[in-house]
Amino acid sequence: MRGGEQIITIRGLRNSFGDQIIHEDLDLNVCRGEILGVVGGSGTGKSVLMRSIIGLQIPEAGEIEVLGENMIGRSEDEAKNIRRRWGILFQNGALFSTLTVAENVEVPIREYFPFIKQPLLDEIASFKIAMSGLPADAGPKYPSELSGGMRKRAGLARALALDPELLFLDEPTAGLDPIGAAAFDELIASLHKQLDLTVFLITHDLDTLYAICDRVAVLADQKVIAIGTIAELLALDHPWIQEYFNGPRGRAAASSNEGLHA
Amino acid sequence: MAAPDQSSEPLDHGNIYRCVGSMTIARAASTAREIDAVPDPLVIDLSKVGRMDTVGAWLIYRSARDRGAKVQGASREIEKLLEQVAEADRPVRIRPEESPGFIRMLDEIGGAIYDFGAAFYGLLGFFGATLLGFANIIRQPKRFRLNAVVQRFDVVGVRALGIIGLMSFLIGVVIGQQGAVQLQQFGAEIYTINLIGRLTIRELGTLMTAIMVAGRSGSAFAAQIGTMKITEEIDAMRTIGVSPVEALVIPRMLASVVMMPLLAFYAMIMSIIGGGVFCWVALDIPPLTFIQRIREVVPMYDLYVGIIKAPVFGFIIALAGCFQGMQVEGNSEEVGIRTTAAVVQSIFLVIVLDAVFAVFFSSVGWG
Repeated sequence: MRGGEQIITIRGLRNSFGDQIIHEDLDLNVCRGEILGVVGGSGTGKSVLMRSIIGLQIPEAGEIEVLGENMIGRSEDEAKNIRRRWGILFQNGALFSTLTVAENVEVPIREYFPFIKQPLLDEIASFKIAMSGLPADAGPKYPSELSGGMRKRAGLARALALDPELLFLDEPTAGLDPIGAAAFDELIASLHKQLDLTVFLITHDLDTLYAICDRVAVLADQKVIAIGTIAELLALDHPWIQEYFNGPRGRAAASSNEGLHA
Repeated sequence: MAAPDQSSEPLDHGNIYRCVGSMTIARAASTAREIDAVPDPLVIDLSKVGRMDTVGAWLIYRSARDRGAKVQGASREIEKLLEQVAEADRPVRIRPEESPGFIRMLDEIGGAIYDFGAAFYGLLGFFGATLLGFANIIRQPKRFRLNAVVQRFDVVGVRALGIIGLMSFLIGVVIGQQGAVQLQQFGAEIYTINLIGRLTIRELGTLMTAIMVAGRSGSAFAAQIGTMKITEEIDAMRTIGVSPVEALVIPRMLASVVMMPLLAFYAMIMSIIGGGVFCWVALDIPPLTFIQRIREVVPMYDLYVGIIKAPVFGFIIALAGCFQGMQVEGNSEEVGIRTTAAVVQSIFLVIVLDAVFAVFFSSVGWG
């Protein structure tokens, strides 16, 4: 996995809002097949980084390459080819509120493959819904009728609609109860294994980091200050990293994870 | 889109469907068709498949499930993929159940009647809650939020001056122009002034201002309060002990009730100026003559009629706007629906009330 093909390459990224510099000369690599966790304090630009990669935020400087294609300065049509190959779960699901869950899942398929007929479309939607661990009656429901956890699962079903190679998750377990969060972690881990996904995962959840991430990138001081396995990060003596992983929550997450794998 | 690097050879081998190359969503439609075309008993040979995704796996799994197709030559990865989609094969409902057309129609009619009744009942209840809020403030004047009220005065009144002034000026011009065209046929252009004076002061000044305020401020009330409902700000207020009616509804209501007569009067003046300019330019009636004639032909009670209606309209607009805002529940889409409903409801009520006022004032002798 390490040293494998690089699926996302970022060089010298710079983002700022007015006087406030979010990223300055930021470098990051994501390898094919890994689950990369991205952590950092509030306001360190985790979401902005994700938005830069997926093209929602145009950076002021730097190069971003995703799946071997340069992302900056591309036309809409060219970008479409790449968009087909990734799936994105936004923080609050970002489900289309006027469509049912099943219709939400069908949207990307319809967009890219308009010739697929409705019965097949429904079958695809139904197994994606089942794969995402939603209950059988979730299909005809509207997003406002779902709980937070179900909304995330529905968002995941939509993100997986086109069998992406690359999955972006923005705080997937935020706002879920611990049982729901653990189940979601498990779901992501099993989908990752089954579908050969590469996962770019923004999270605050230490349990998620310990449970499923292969590597963790730490954002601070406008840069990725460290990237590596948790063990490698713990060996560094950056104060924020030490506090993050060795604070009371960090230690609790570490010990519970050891307990699980003992 | 990926190049169609997949081909199949269904025909040569009778019942064997042999996939070559990739079996992905990009070829899902044609693959499904080709599999359907192969007669039973179907055998699917996967030994030459390159890349397969879950949709390809689903198509094969489905044939195995529904037609008892034999699958052969699958690699380990493909076996795994097939197992996965088999695991995800659970009955999942996709669409809400639909009832037959006639019943649905009855259902919709009933629903609409119920909604209408519920909206009226709710509006009445909200009216009551507002009155209670006013009563509370009168009993405890300390709870009156002067800052909020003044801020609303600015938003509802001062900031509306530009658009209402422009609109009224143009209405004055239009009435003058249209009136002059008709009255010229009788050589009675001078009566254009009567038309402008009486129409704008008695009716249009107030009515058009009410419509503009409904569109500008009534909608904003609904959208602001609706958004606060979604972000649970209103629940937070309640739990802190702040009454949303006192903090949000009453300032808006006061602003709209106080500002409406002022704006309406301003609109009347602007319309008369517009009409006057038109008469001066197009009909050669000098401004002094115009003003003198306005004073002669417009009775004082026309102004009373116009101004008395204004605060009532303002009250209706604020009531409908705040009420609809408070009705927002669930998602952001609802804010849009309720904002539209606020504008429609307030303009409708304003026009109904305007008709009632017209009859009333005529019968008390202010005709």
